[in-house]
Amino acid sequence: MVLQDNDQTKEPMGPYQWPARKDTDVIGKDHDRLDGLVKSTGAAKYTYDVNLKNQLIAVALGCPHSHVRIKSVDSTAAEKVDGVVHVEVLEQGKEGKEVRWAGELLVVVAAESEGAAREGVANIKIEYEMLDVFTADDDLEAAQRAKRTTKGGNRIETEQEPGDDDDEDEFYEKEFVRLFKDAEIVHEGEYGIDAITHCCLEPHGATAVWEGDKLVVYLSTQNVSGTDDQFAGALGVTANDVEVRCDYIGGGFGSKFAPDYWGIAAARIAKKTGRPVRLMLDRDQELRIGGSRPSGYVKVKVGADKTGKLSVWDSHHWGTGGSGRGAVSIGVVPYVMVPPNRRSIATNINTNNAPVRAWRAPNHPQGCALSQTVIDDVAGKLGKDSYDVFMANLANCTNGKAEVYADQMKVAARLMDWKAKWHPHGKGAVKGSVVEGLGMGLHTWGGAAHPSTCTLKIHPDGSVESFLGSQDLGSGTRTVCAQVLAETLGLKVTDVTVNLGSSKYPISGPSGGSTTVGGVSQSHRRSAQDGLQKLFVLVAAKLGAKASDLIAAGGRIQTTDGNKSLSWKQACGLLGVTPLETTRSHERGKDGALSSSGVAGVQMAHVSVDKDTGVIRVNKFVAVQDQGLVINPKTCKSQISGAVIMGIAASIYEQRVNDPRTGLFLNSGSFDRDGYGLARLGDVGDIVVELYEPESERSRGVIGNGEPPAISPKTAISNAVANALGVRVPVVPMTPKRVLDALAKAAGKA
Amino acid sequence: MTKSNEYTDSSRATVNRRSFLKGSGAVAAATALHSPAVEAEPQAAANVVSGATTITLNVNGGDHKVTVEPRTTLLEALRSQLELTGAKPVSSDGSSGASTVLVDGKPVMASTTLAMAVTGKNIETVESLGGEDTDAVPRAFVKHDAQQCGFCTPGFVVAVRALLNKNPDATESQIRQGLNGNICRCGTYNNIIKAALDVVKGGV
Amino acid sequence: MKNFEYAAPCSENEVLQLLSDQSGQTELLAGGTDLVGLMKKMIVTPDRVVNIMEVPTLKNIEAVDGGGVAIGATVTLDEILAHPYLEDYPAITDAILGINSMQLQSQGTLGGEILQRPRCWFYRNGQELLDTGQISGGDNRFHAIFGNNGRSKFVQSSRIAPALCVLAAEARVIGPSDSDIQMIPLLDLFRTPRQEGQREHTLLPNQLVTHLVLPPVNGGLNATYEVRQGAGPEFPLASAAVSLELDNQQRVHQARVVLGQVAPTPWSSAAAADALMGQPLDAQAAETAGLAAVEEATPLSHNGYKVQLAQVAVKRAILRAAGLETGGL
Repeated sequence: MVLQDNDQTKEPMGPYQWPARKDTDVIGKDHDRLDGLVKSTGAAKYTYDVNLKNQLIAVALGCPHSHVRIKSVDSTAAEKVDGVVHVEVLEQGKEGKEVRWAGELLVVVAAESEGAAREGVANIKIEYEMLDVFTADDDLEAAQRAKRTTKGGNRIETEQEPGDDDDEDEFYEKEFVRLFKDAEIVHEGEYGIDAITHCCLEPHGATAVWEGDKLVVYLSTQNVSGTDDQFAGALGVTANDVEVRCDYIGGGFGSKFAPDYWGIAAARIAKKTGRPVRLMLDRDQELRIGGSRPSGYVKVKVGADKTGKLSVWDSHHWGTGGSGRGAVSIGVVPYVMVPPNRRSIATNINTNNAPVRAWRAPNHPQGCALSQTVIDDVAGKLGKDSYDVFMANLANCTNGKAEVYADQMKVAARLMDWKAKWHPHGKGAVKGSVVEGLGMGLHTWGGAAHPSTCTLKIHPDGSVESFLGSQDLGSGTRTVCAQVLAETLGLKVTDVTVNLGSSKYPISGPSGGSTTVGGVSQSHRRSAQDGLQKLFVLVAAKLGAKASDLIAAGGRIQTTDGNKSLSWKQACGLLGVTPLETTRSHERGKDGALSSSGVAGVQMAHVSVDKDTGVIRVNKFVAVQDQGLVINPKTCKSQISGAVIMGIAASIYEQRVNDPRTGLFLNSGSFDRDGYGLARLGDVGDIVVELYEPESERSRGVIGNGEPPAISPKTAISNAVANALGVRVPVVPMTPKRVLDALAKAAGKA
Repeated sequence: MTKSNEYTDSSRATVNRRSFLKGSGAVAAATALHSPAVEAEPQAAANVVSGATTITLNVNGGDHKVTVEPRTTLLEALRSQLELTGAKPVSSDGSSGASTVLVDGKPVMASTTLAMAVTGKNIETVESLGGEDTDAVPRAFVKHDAQQCGFCTPGFVVAVRALLNKNPDATESQIRQGLNGNICRCGTYNNIIKAALDVVKGGV
Repeated sequence: MKNFEYAAPCSENEVLQLLSDQSGQTELLAGGTDLVGLMKKMIVTPDRVVNIMEVPTLKNIEAVDGGGVAIGATVTLDEILAHPYLEDYPAITDAILGINSMQLQSQGTLGGEILQRPRCWFYRNGQELLDTGQISGGDNRFHAIFGNNGRSKFVQSSRIAPALCVLAAEARVIGPSDSDIQMIPLLDLFRTPRQEGQREHTLLPNQLVTHLVLPPVNGGLNATYEVRQGAGPEFPLASAAVSLELDNQQRVHQARVVLGQVAPTPWSSAAAADALMGQPLDAQAAETAGLAAVEEATPLSHNGYKVQLAQVAVKRAILRAAGLETGGL
């Protein structure tokens, strides 16, 4: 669906810019999220909450094996279960099909109740031919033996270039030998970060209902404007006839951009049965197929000078993106601080897990964890303060943000009280079996504003509303849009209404890549600025003033000297009986003064580790984050704090456990019974969030921050544990087993 | 540990071990100690129910008829028949706490409670905390931004309400210890702690 | 869930009348925190569910003549926490507090907690309970390090059973006829299944545990320590309960040590108890007993780390019982 915005091409007015910090009433001020109370009283309706008259409940059978060929499918018993209305064998569940990961949905049963649907699923009989299974993504040699590897790329950069007559391979071999020989200190190590899942609390799914030939889909999606066409294409109907709705979504984190085949299946079954159909994934299906993040493991050798600044990096990393997908990008290993001489090689491992989906800052968390742990171990080897060694390595920064990082490090160190808490690696005081440690990490992200179109209506009665086909993932999109309108029109946030969540509204990009707040604030600011200019023309005539001499503030439109004014309502009354409508768009890449991209953040962790049990607690965590101009500090801080908590989970608890024998994702069925470990409220220490917004950053305009603060936590916490123990726990999450194994290994060496 | 005044040493009723073994002691003690209304004489074999049956659930202060099967959970009944969709299905085994409701004042998981098992009990859902006279807990969640996507929020709100009903003066450390039955994926925990503490202090 | 018949009887006799003598046909429902989830996953598929929460005689905590306490099978865990009769039994309240979930504490019952189905992620993913290679050849990081030489590799789930066992609790069990009333030492109620279909306890399908009866403590010390990774209701990696009596020289003259989450049953360690005998209750004795407790451990391919955790759990349970600092996080 493309909405032609003729209005904009005729009369874009501008120039579009944000008010100076001292001139804002609403922007940059804490505001409660507008949908807060409907969420906290249970009134908000999510996709899973949609109950339509006569609705069928569908439950799917997920493949119980990691790699099979379907020999036969028999659904006759399921069809006979009391309450079962329809059984649909999906394409990949048909005879002869190869299924490459467990959890893949094979058959859907639609019934009058969830219980009947589940009983139907239990009565489906499928014969499987078992095929070879491989899931040991951390074991490169095993993967090679199993012929599950492909090249994932390589990158070599050296200060000395090979000459025209040199054999390149030979040159680099010799050059790296020379570089390591010249280095004042050499460190070798292996590091890793396991695969985790998105684990949205509202699972993926949809409720589909046909009204004649028109389809309405209630979809749990991060992509309201982009999924209607996907439904239309898959179902062979025109996109005009499809509406996707999503008022509230229970988590996405990068995994909910498409209708998915199960959403299409819901629509198909709804068509066949003539009844609305709801199909949501089960918890174990959500974890198995609803999205995961690639694992990463690295074998690395680095050389550095006595300050700890790396001069040479040589690494080989591998990992899995699931079936048929690649390892972590070569572009992020090493991460941010890239020595002048580096050789990075990547190997993809094809495992029997569902393909990955974008996970909050794709590639970056792994790149950070596989690189900055190495820098920290160099600090440990030198007996130096990690802070100083990170500072020295800022000279290798490739994103032009070395000065920002340096300043952010100072801010973070002050908030952490780093100097007072610091001790060299493994040299801290031991209380019983408990030791403490400090660690840090730093990160970067783009966050450029996505395309967004806003239609603004100013009604003659003074009410104001905007429409856009966006979604609020919990990031506060509704509230931010309202703040931009209120600031621009001189109103209160509660005076405006923001309508989002329908594909019939003007298009907005998918909420991924930390692009939403930049995009929607652009389209809202533009619409509101230009809408106001049009209103000024009417008001100027009424007041006998110049339109260019008018301002909107405090619920009034007035001359700059304040001598003449109309209330907002009086001014809107001049519109007669027709609302004033203004539609303005932001195109990606055309940021102007309102938005830009490229952010920096520094994080520090203070932990305690029980050496006898391997249990880790995060005592305090400091996150300093740049995101350009902050519209709502309150929701912005929540995002950062949440990203940190997600990072605490992935550092200590959270992992996909694939059974080595069957490949099955063993911990997908629960949260507490040997289940998928997430941090609980009592696991989270003191989290200090500092919005880094000096004028130099604020003047860059709005940049998204959903992802960047999720990058460094694993690194900071791993480094803090290494500082506490004097021993690296090489792979995150650092479970008790891994902590004890690392300590035992170190003791054996000593 | 909370001590209840009704159990003083002087009122310490005991059960005779031998008669208890024979099966009569426990009954006697139970009737002696507790409500006089309890009469445990065996009746004819209890009603065995199968298939769809209409029962009455007392939810948020009112009686509601719902038609359920024995396998229907309280969560399904609330969500699909009473349009009370605040309590959420997140894990099938109750391990997320998202389906938390109060049954006779206590927090339980509606997802692992059979609807038929709570007839005659007072069920309170998160929706009872909203409406015109909105409870302080959901208001504090808004004030402290203790929610993001909001899918876990109703379960957390009910859990906080239950915790503070039991211990209105809860300290930060008691709050950190007391709210671990719920999972949040967006990471709102620190603001939930602030919200709960603010309710204790009467700040909302 | 498969559909089933449902009944909510009001007396013990009615419960018995409703129970089948055939395994798997009827299930007792108390709090539902384990059973309902298992039924949803079709791992447990009874024809009839008998809700015992309406039986008044199962709902009380009573003092027993001559000392001791009887706790009804459907008394909820939060009721136990709040009850003054349990003040002398910190091993039990330690274990309940460790569950770290208000919901599980107020919904879960004592009987249900000790008889919840085994902890094994293969079993809970729909595979067989006993090992056919899936456990010994698979990821067994949470499985047994004791009592695992047969096909049972799972661990007993209960968080409270080790405490009840060191406190010498007996289960009052009733069956179809009056002569079936028995008092069974709790430790004897658990068994290690040797063949598929055998239950992990010795109860017959038509028997009912009505009460757990605790003898008086008589000045003894007791405690439970669980090694838990996080602050949530996740199961401990290892746990231990101890009960100790000191002579007038302040030396241990009676000791019981039972480990949890390490074997298909609560795992009584005579070696740890013996190591304590005659010793003053100090850090050295706790350390020695911890080492003794794990001397005979037989870890599987992925769970060697649990040996140390079991050792630490025993040590810290003893320190806690002694009122000393346990250390650790």
